[in-house]
Amino acid sequence: MADQIDTKPYVGQSIERVEDGILLTGRARFSDHQPTVTGTLHAAMLRSPHAHAEIVSIDKSKALAMPGVSAVLTGQDLTEMASAFLIVIKQPMQHYSLAVGKARYVGEPVAVVVATDRYKAEDALDAIEVEYRVLDAIVDPQKATKPGAPILYEEVGDNVVSTREFSYGEPDKAFAEADRVIKLTAPYPRNSQTPMEGFVVNADYIADTDSYDVASNYQGPFTSHPVMALALGVPSSRLRMRVPAFSGGGFGVKVQIFPYVVLMCLCSKVAGHPVKWVEDRLEHLSAAAAAPNRVTEIEAAVKNDGTVTAFRFDQLDDYGAYLRAPMPGPLYRMHGTLTGAYHIENLAVRNRVVMTNKCPSGMIRGFGGPQMYFAIERLMHRVAVELGLDPLDVIRKNLVPAGSFPYRAAAGALFDSGDYQTAVERAVNEGGLEDLKRRRDAARADGKLYGIGYSVVVEPAQSNMGYLSNILPAEERRKNPKGGAVSNATVNVDPLGTVSVTADSLPQGQGHATVLSQIVADELGLTPADISVNMELDTQKDAWSIATGNYSARFSSSTTVAAHKAAVKVRNKVARIASVTLNVPADQLEFADGKIFAANNPENSLKFYRVAGSAHWTPGSLPDDMDPGIRETGTWSPPELEPPNDQDQINTSLTYGFVFDYCGVEIDRDTGQVHIDKYVTMHDSGTLLNPLLADGQVYGAFSWAIGCALFEEFAYGDDGSFLSGTFADYLCPTAPEVPEPLILHMETPSIFTPLGAKGIGEGNVMSTPACLGNAVCDALDIETVSLPMTPSKISALIHAEETPPPAGGAKQAAPAPAGTGRVIKGSGETTVPAAPDEVWRTLLDPDKLAAVIPGCHSLDKVGDDSYRADVSLGVGVVRGRFRASVDMSDMDPPNSVRLSGGVQGPLGASKGAGNVRLKAVDGGTHVTYDYTVEISGKVAAVGGRMLEGAARIVIGQFFQRLVSQVGGKTAAAGTSPAGETLWQRILRAFGIGR
Amino acid sequence: MSELSGTARHNISFTLNGETVSGSAEPRMLLTDFLNYELGLTGNHVGCEHGVCGACTLLIDDNPERGCLTFAVQVDGRDVKTVESLAGREGDLNDLQLAFRKHHALQCGYCTPGVLMSLTAYLEHTPEPNEEELRDMLSGHICRCTGYVGMVKAALDVVEQRKAKA
Ligand code: FES
Ligand code: FES
Repeated sequence: MADQIDTKPYVGQSIERVEDGILLTGRARFSDHQPTVTGTLHAAMLRSPHAHAEIVSIDKSKALAMPGVSAVLTGQDLTEMASAFLIVIKQPMQHYSLAVGKARYVGEPVAVVVATDRYKAEDALDAIEVEYRVLDAIVDPQKATKPGAPILYEEVGDNVVSTREFSYGEPDKAFAEADRVIKLTAPYPRNSQTPMEGFVVNADYIADTDSYDVASNYQGPFTSHPVMALALGVPSSRLRMRVPAFSGGGFGVKVQIFPYVVLMCLCSKVAGHPVKWVEDRLEHLSAAAAAPNRVTEIEAAVKNDGTVTAFRFDQLDDYGAYLRAPMPGPLYRMHGTLTGAYHIENLAVRNRVVMTNKCPSGMIRGFGGPQMYFAIERLMHRVAVELGLDPLDVIRKNLVPAGSFPYRAAAGALFDSGDYQTAVERAVNEGGLEDLKRRRDAARADGKLYGIGYSVVVEPAQSNMGYLSNILPAEERRKNPKGGAVSNATVNVDPLGTVSVTADSLPQGQGHATVLSQIVADELGLTPADISVNMELDTQKDAWSIATGNYSARFSSSTTVAAHKAAVKVRNKVARIASVTLNVPADQLEFADGKIFAANNPENSLKFYRVAGSAHWTPGSLPDDMDPGIRETGTWSPPELEPPNDQDQINTSLTYGFVFDYCGVEIDRDTGQVHIDKYVTMHDSGTLLNPLLADGQVYGAFSWAIGCALFEEFAYGDDGSFLSGTFADYLCPTAPEVPEPLILHMETPSIFTPLGAKGIGEGNVMSTPACLGNAVCDALDIETVSLPMTPSKISALIHAEETPPPAGGAKQAAPAPAGTGRVIKGSGETTVPAAPDEVWRTLLDPDKLAAVIPGCHSLDKVGDDSYRADVSLGVGVVRGRFRASVDMSDMDPPNSVRLSGGVQGPLGASKGAGNVRLKAVDGGTHVTYDYTVEISGKVAAVGGRMLEGAARIVIGQFFQRLVSQVGGKTAAAGTSPAGETLWQRILRAFGIGR
Repeated sequence: MSELSGTARHNISFTLNGETVSGSAEPRMLLTDFLNYELGLTGNHVGCEHGVCGACTLLIDDNPERGCLTFAVQVDGRDVKTVESLAGREGDLNDLQLAFRKHHALQCGYCTPGVLMSLTAYLEHTPEPNEEELRDMLSGHICRCTGYVGMVKAALDVVEQRKAKA
């Protein structure tokens, strides 16, 4: 019997996930479904409609008086209760959870309401009165560096808040001696993988101990735990963070929950009850986090044979309005790998961090890699084109040579293992590159726009906690050297000998529980189903460290190792106990099939659960020096993660996988749509722990990369208005847009991790946008292209910019010209059955005007020709109350008047102007009007598609009411055969009649 | 539909996963909020609250609908099914759920209930779709984790299985 024991390890097998049953039946409790204490209150946030505005005053008295409201907090209140957040660089840039003094981006929280339910809390937002003084905003990162640009932080005096220069090898010499210098500007847009579940925070202040108990779908890194504790002014042991086992995606974004954690803690302290907040989608898109957009100017020193001898980078990374820890991580996390997959010994770098009036940046999957590789791989493509070489030959010529591992890259990365040449050749053969080239040639012969792109990427995993210290000069770093990355996992055996595992990896869909069950099962001779894995984390009960969390492909080369170490400890302990009964030395025992047995005599065996349980039941019989019970924690920090050296070299990550991609794309000449004909992606991620899950990571990264390359961008107007507040505006790829890539694997184990595994979750996010960019440039024979490569952008490249349709003819509102904020323009005309004098009097009489303005609750005359009104307006389902101010000028009674002013409310703000002209005609007054309105805030962000129609409706309603005010209802203006009044027909012509 | 007062709570009663449930809701309360907060269901998820992502999809009188675009009072007297209705009483997964597990069609699992409900209804009236049709149908859902590959494979697998059984 015993020789039939199946000892094939579970690690390496594509076993199905232990997580799936509970997820598929809908019984998994995500954060919003975690039980709450009776009496828990709910928070809603008032957010700035302006990209840059001084907060002159906030009146919260009306909101506080509303039913169910228990507290309203403003930024000013926060400064009295908490400290500003610590930031990574030394600059006077104060950041609190709510805007203090001024708001710096659309969507920035300005006040928070706590009420008995979310509906009531949102009701009360409308009653908070904020007076803003709007300032000029700066959106473009390059313009933000120029003198005279609006400044976000007056105390700093410059939007560029950090500049560092680095040099490795002899870059100047290499450039001087180069045959050619080839340059490229590679802009990378703002985007985010936008997890389907947003932020959730549940915070409870415990007055007796002055401590906080928080449950949240936070994802670490726990470097921000001390940041939160310091802001709250409590020791970190009194900020208990609990993270549930299931989280609806993270992709890096959910580290940026931390300002909201602090905010809810303070709300709970003020309200005296637990407070819960659930982020909605608009809040997420406008204010959670975006990957920093970057402008990279990159140059290569090259020889005529295609050898690259040096790179020079000028990276301008845009962090939006606030520098939240661990920003500017994306600029430094890839630092050691700035020479990509290439053997290039000379490197010069300038890094600048710039602040603009946009959502603060954050960690997003890829974490600086997509921006960097888009520049490097686009440049390598250019090198080939300029030298008349094959792009793949240029890649091959420069790859880090096989046999040189571990390889120290110029800026300090220590590539652990690999054979890039073999990976490339295998992919060329197994993916059918020659066939793809034939397809291209045939397509081109048919007159089609077809291109092939390539990219190679070194994919880092498990960040060195010291990577950000390179932002400081070496002298300063020496005082406080930082490095390492600690991981923890615990294996527990209970009195009945059953095994459970906890770990510090905070999964968000990656299947960590499954992989940990495989690792522990192998070590203890059990099956994955025998292992209960609980992925919740509780900082007051579990082992954790600053590196704890789920980011930078950390799991497969860190927490797995800690779990393995913990399982080995358990195995050793159990083996020692068993060795007494079995009378076999512990090191000659094997574990399999739930049994422990002598290697040379499998019949001499004991059940695992009996031996393990005995550590609880009969502690007296344990070997002399052994502690009773079995609960072992594995802790690990790889020695290779050293602090940066004095030459600014840093091994930014522990393991480095390799990715080689190529693809064929065909571009529709008429629509500009990029069709991916074939996509091949080769990965060497070391040992694969579970190939099914590894492929899942590749598919997922690839899918988002398609979004980055073709669809996704957080769009802003020049005035800082946010234009992508819904999933109808921020376009995520869906099933028809994401082809299935051909995934190939090669497994060169890491020499620095006991299991040989490397990361795999980020590679395609780095390789695919560059690969598709190269293919599109190849298809169109163009030098540069910016992402996302939308049909309109590509067709503009094919056909040159389209000329806008002639103005004047169109009565409908015209869309805004590209590059400005949400601007709507329109004009129209109507006839009112009253004399111009009467129409004029109506327009000037506050009472009558109040009855004419749609949704007007009150209208006061505040000056000779100035009015203030309180109106309700809405676009689609987004409705709200606004304060409007209207000034009349250029008055020529009763012929013409100019109206200007603005509206402001929680849903947004607008300013605009219009002209109204009255002319006496037979049967009344002919009215003509035109208007231009600029809109910002929530309405601009979510209502883009509906705004023009809505403006027409509101203006139509205005005239409809004017008609009835001056007696139009009874006007015998004639009826159509169908019984419609003329007015109804006119209104219908405007698209507003019923 | 009769007119409801905007501020009062209204009694509603409907069939949820085969059982009659009742409660009261203001007219503005979303069905998703009612299911989650009033009835304590955990399977229905909200991803956007504006009808685009599909995470909240459930069946009303066997038609797939967005829970986030439905008010609770609208389902008074009707039949509502959520993902909780798919597995057997003992938690045994149905063929679609099993295929999702086999083909790794879910990662975080947040979008999954909505996708399962759409597919359930779709495969009822389109039992033999091809891949293109399936992908087209799935375009009503956003999944940020999986790249949709597993979902397509799982659904095609179920189509084959059901065909073999028929
Ligand atoms: S939550 Fe209903 S469609 Fe997104
Ligand atoms: S599995 Fe995470 S969104 Fe679909």
